[in-house]
Amino acid sequence: MSEQNQTLPIDTLETVYDLMATAIDEVDAKKIELFLVKLVLLNAKAIGNAEILREHISIAQKDL
Amino acid sequence: MHTPSTEPRFSLYYNYQVYQPWLASQHGPQLRHQVVIVGAGPSGMVTALELARHGVSCVVLTAEQQVSEGSRALAFTRRSMEILQQAGVAERMTEAGLPWRFGNSYYRGQHVFRLEAPHDSNDRFYPLINVQQQYMEEYLHDACKANPLIDFRWGNKVIGVAQKDGYVEVEVDTPEGPYTLETQWLVAADGGRSGIRAGLGLTMEGTSYEGKFVIADIKIDLPLPTERLAYFAPDWNPGNTILMHREPHGIWRIDYQLPEGEDPEEALKPESIESRINAQLAMIGHAGKPWELDWCSVYSARTLTLPDYVCGNILFTGDAAHLLPIFGVRGANTGFQDGQSLGWHLAFVVKGLAGKTLLDNYSRERVTAAREIIDEGGKSTRFMTPPSHGFRLLRDAVLSLSLTQEFVRPLYHWRTSRPHEYMNSALNCQGDDNALFQAGPAHGAPPLNVKLGDDDYLLDHLGGGFELLYFTQQASLPESLQEIIRAARAKGMPLNVTGIGSGQHIEGADQTLNDATGAIRERYGVNASGTAYLLRPDQHICARWINLDALRLQTALNTALPQ
Repeated sequence: MSEQNQTLPIDTLETVYDLMATAIDEVDAKKIELFLVKLVLLNAKAIGNAEILREHISIAQKDL
Repeated sequence: MHTPSTEPRFSLYYNYQVYQPWLASQHGPQLRHQVVIVGAGPSGMVTALELARHGVSCVVLTAEQQVSEGSRALAFTRRSMEILQQAGVAERMTEAGLPWRFGNSYYRGQHVFRLEAPHDSNDRFYPLINVQQQYMEEYLHDACKANPLIDFRWGNKVIGVAQKDGYVEVEVDTPEGPYTLETQWLVAADGGRSGIRAGLGLTMEGTSYEGKFVIADIKIDLPLPTERLAYFAPDWNPGNTILMHREPHGIWRIDYQLPEGEDPEEALKPESIESRINAQLAMIGHAGKPWELDWCSVYSARTLTLPDYVCGNILFTGDAAHLLPIFGVRGANTGFQDGQSLGWHLAFVVKGLAGKTLLDNYSRERVTAAREIIDEGGKSTRFMTPPSHGFRLLRDAVLSLSLTQEFVRPLYHWRTSRPHEYMNSALNCQGDDNALFQAGPAHGAPPLNVKLGDDDYLLDHLGGGFELLYFTQQASLPESLQEIIRAARAKGMPLNVTGIGSGQHIEGADQTLNDATGAIRERYGVNASGTAYLLRPDQHICARWINLDALRLQTALNTALPQ
């Protein structure tokens, strides 16, 4: 399964968008980094593949 | 003039003996020695005992007049005990020590990980045993002292080393002043702060970590089992790590990480130690329990190695060759493996049984081992004492998740020291049947022990040279093999043959082991009569055959001892 072929329907993306934004707002400002890293680790477990994460890291590092 | 302290060191449990210094004026003129070992720590003394076992004499020089201060190395692995068995001190270690195999990690008061080191019923020794270093050094020293081939010199401090043409000149200072020694080979086993390494201007490769730990030994009565305890980021020491180990004689080791930037001298002040130990005791439910400080020190993790352990006629071993993190008990345990390895490699070169290339093999194998340890130990170190914001964030995320998520908990595993497998060693035979075996120790691996009976194990029967394990249902070794063995011995190669069969004496073997139960065959993946293993003097496997023949045995012996 190639990453590029995976689609995220717009209504699902909107749900993720709101979920993340609300969760970040709810977390103590000093703990946001920690929270996000925990989230990545849980997602990494769901993906079960370091290469996809490596690809995501490199995309996310762009245009910061 | 070198004047080491003659006051016995302080200890609440160990009775230090001060030994008389060796003085040149009380001895005859010094001929050139074959081997001089600088340093009487674990790697230096194991090197000396291994050399002696192979018939090579040596001088051991140590600057002090008593064994080292504090419990230091403390936790010894099964492989270390197997090496110490070869050195003749494993029984005393077993009598003195506290064996263990479990570790526990705690975060926010919750037990988040339990380490269980595997213990096979075929193993004589426990995965780990705690013995304070003073006792270990005393036992090794007693073994050295009892050996006529080892000339042990207390109070002899090396102050200068000069490489000459094919030998080394050593300037030694003593309580009556300096004298000069000449030696064909100099073993630098002079520890982490090796003066010989510094004097030669050699640079180590690797990383030094900022995180500092106080190591404190206290006498206290705690009703807890001998298990490793690790506490992460407790309230009294935010973000930092604390380790606890039970020691013999009612002593507990408490290692605690210092807050970033704290001055080590400040940290060792009695009031600082007292408040922190009290806080730790309170956290584990033993507030106010009386205790007394025995010894303390400050430690920071380093993962460094020299890229080559052979420098002309100077050979590096133990901490002089590399500095490894304590997480995973890697200091002395690696030093024993180094000493055992250097001992036989050097002995065979000194005796002319192999060329100097054998020493390059020592260096290659042990540098590779150190790099493997650095790789593994680096992972543990980055978890125990995160070196950067990113590593700290990931570690803290794992701690937090570990309270509810099983999948991150294995990251608490501290990757205990294990013997390196010399799978790419130049001494491994290329034309054997290594790849055809379904089980058993492969090329370069240490041997597997096998329980043969009450207080009787396979490794009890092996050691002192190359070992051929020959599995057969026949009454004798084939004559063609016996011929090769006789020829190798005639050239001076120590080669012991152990016949493994179903009880009857096997002609041509030095000893016969009864494997009627099939226990040895099972551990070594043997299905056929005529199968054989060749072990090096450090017991690591260098060849194995499903069906051994004379030509292939000769090839393996030639490969194992390059000229």
